[in-house]
Amino acid sequence: MTADKNFLVGVFDNEEVLLDGISKVRSTGLKIHDVFSPFPVHGIDDALGLKRSRLPRAAFLFGLTGTSLALTMQIWMLGYDWPMIIGGKNFASLPPFIPVTFELTVLLAALGMVATFMIVSDLKPYKWPRQFDVRSTDDKHVMAIDLALNGGKSKEEISRILKDAGASEVNEKNFE
Amino acid sequence: MAHHVEVAEEQYVFRPETKKKLYILLVVGIVVFALGLVLAMNDSGHHGAAHGDGHAVVAEAQKLVASADQHGAASEGHAAHADAGHHAETKPWVKRLFSTLWMNNVFFTGLGIIGLFFVAIQYAAQAGWSVGVKRVPLAMGSWIPVAGILMLGLWFLTHHDIFHWTHSYLYDVNGAEFDKIINKKAPFFFWPLAGGTFPLFFIARMVIFFGLWYYFFVQIRKNMLAEDLEATNAYWYKNRVTATWFLIFFGVSSSVSAWDWVMSIDTHWFSTMFGWYVFASWWVTGLAVITLIVAHLKSAGYLKIVNSNHLHDLGKFCFAFSIFWTYIWFGQFLLIYYANIPEETIYFYERMRNSPYSWIFYLNLILNFVLPFLLFMTRDAKRQISMLKVVCPVIIVGHWFDFFNMVTPGVMKLEGGVGFLEIGVALIFAAVYLLVVLNSLSKFPLFGKNDPMLQESLHHHI
Repeated sequence: MTADKNFLVGVFDNEEVLLDGISKVRSTGLKIHDVFSPFPVHGIDDALGLKRSRLPRAAFLFGLTGTSLALTMQIWMLGYDWPMIIGGKNFASLPPFIPVTFELTVLLAALGMVATFMIVSDLKPYKWPRQFDVRSTDDKHVMAIDLALNGGKSKEEISRILKDAGASEVNEKNFE
Repeated sequence: MAHHVEVAEEQYVFRPETKKKLYILLVVGIVVFALGLVLAMNDSGHHGAAHGDGHAVVAEAQKLVASADQHGAASEGHAAHADAGHHAETKPWVKRLFSTLWMNNVFFTGLGIIGLFFVAIQYAAQAGWSVGVKRVPLAMGSWIPVAGILMLGLWFLTHHDIFHWTHSYLYDVNGAEFDKIINKKAPFFFWPLAGGTFPLFFIARMVIFFGLWYYFFVQIRKNMLAEDLEATNAYWYKNRVTATWFLIFFGVSSSVSAWDWVMSIDTHWFSTMFGWYVFASWWVTGLAVITLIVAHLKSAGYLKIVNSNHLHDLGKFCFAFSIFWTYIWFGQFLLIYYANIPEETIYFYERMRNSPYSWIFYLNLILNFVLPFLLFMTRDAKRQISMLKVVCPVIIVGHWFDFFNMVTPGVMKLEGGVGFLEIGVALIFAAVYLLVVLNSLSKFPLFGKNDPMLQESLHHHI
């Protein structure tokens, strides 16, 4: 059995049961592949033990890139490449450059964050996400357990753990 | 889904040890102030070489203004009268004392009124997260009457030395010192009386502003405390209406008070950004003070219902409005810098280069933008009490310097500076302010146990 192919899918009716269920499942040592819910559930990151995203750091670095790009561009253009006297100011005077610097900082931070998020979330064009249970876009919360990564436990055992954790039904889902 | 959480009521006890610390601060302030006063009095005749340079700058600045003004003759007259030391009747150390008293009172007035403003916003926006911290800004509002009395008293004591426009010779059409520009602004100060008499409109505004601010404060506090005794949502709804009227009034009065108490010192000069600028400075300082008091209360074991999520929100407020202040600061600076009109640039000319205030000008940006921006950027920084206790004082001190640079150069020209006198007065104000605020805080429960938003606040999670 290879990883990321064969799953057991627990279906939960509401988020209270789900949050409770997550900690119950994790306490048995079972590894949860992922959880899908129709709306953001408060506290689910902590319950799943997810690490904080490093996206803010990426954003800071993209922003810094924008800042230095904007300043370099303006100082080079107006200070060296094509010096122009504007309002009697120095060629490379800082204050008028600040608005452009600010805008480019925001632009690069925003675009960079979106691109980074797309890439790490594997959201490329023409890539269709796998549906563990289509009802997770409607009114059910869905917990997927990768069978290959929990080889120590049998299918029946995992199914029982999910039921005990509050799943209203447990289905098998295989991807090719 | 929403678990109902029971919480125990809390009451802040203004312990004698805390009071003793504040009295020590007060005594230290008085000693530093006395020392500064003695030094300033003996310093009155310092006209060294460095000072000569200073005079050259003044002369140049006045030339700038003179060339810009249409009424060349009047300006020449002004320059002459400034050089001749027309104000020689007031000694420099007295002016310096008056200037720092006025500046500190305007600064601390903000710390009072922002407390009320914060509470009002919570009601108008129907904010739920803030139930645990709302009583701290409420206590800060109790400074408003003190600030009002001081403001009125100080005005009568100091107005001739701080406000150039109070001199009646400026409005005498036939006089040698008639000032066409200030004369046009006369109704703003003197209406309905004639220019140069008693500034009725100005004083009326001061009294009405403080009076209504205090009235709204009393109303909002009354409803908040009545709610503690009677578990009903009616008081919350009442406060929402009161808060909304206050916010409308504050929107106008905060701007006008900034023109009156700060901008009119540089009477010829004006900036359409100024009301916002003073408000932004007050607001972010007030937020830093709220955060700092909450952080200290938590360290002392109070406010168990406030957790790192609430601290995170307060930290975000300080972070965001430090950037907002910078935005306003830059908006004002860039337009004046770019348009390059001498009668506008004079304001920054007095404060930026070749001036005793230039270090404050740049320090202002470092303390109020660079440090809060970098130190408060990460999520963890805003959630930790230790970090809040480092950055909030930076913001408070930074904005004290901001107000110093708004007021002092206009009053003292090149004679001003930050010395023992200024630090002493600031310490005295800080000690008395904290005595009043903490005393008021100990008079009511630390949070409203019947606040309709209490459960929402307890479940606050970000």
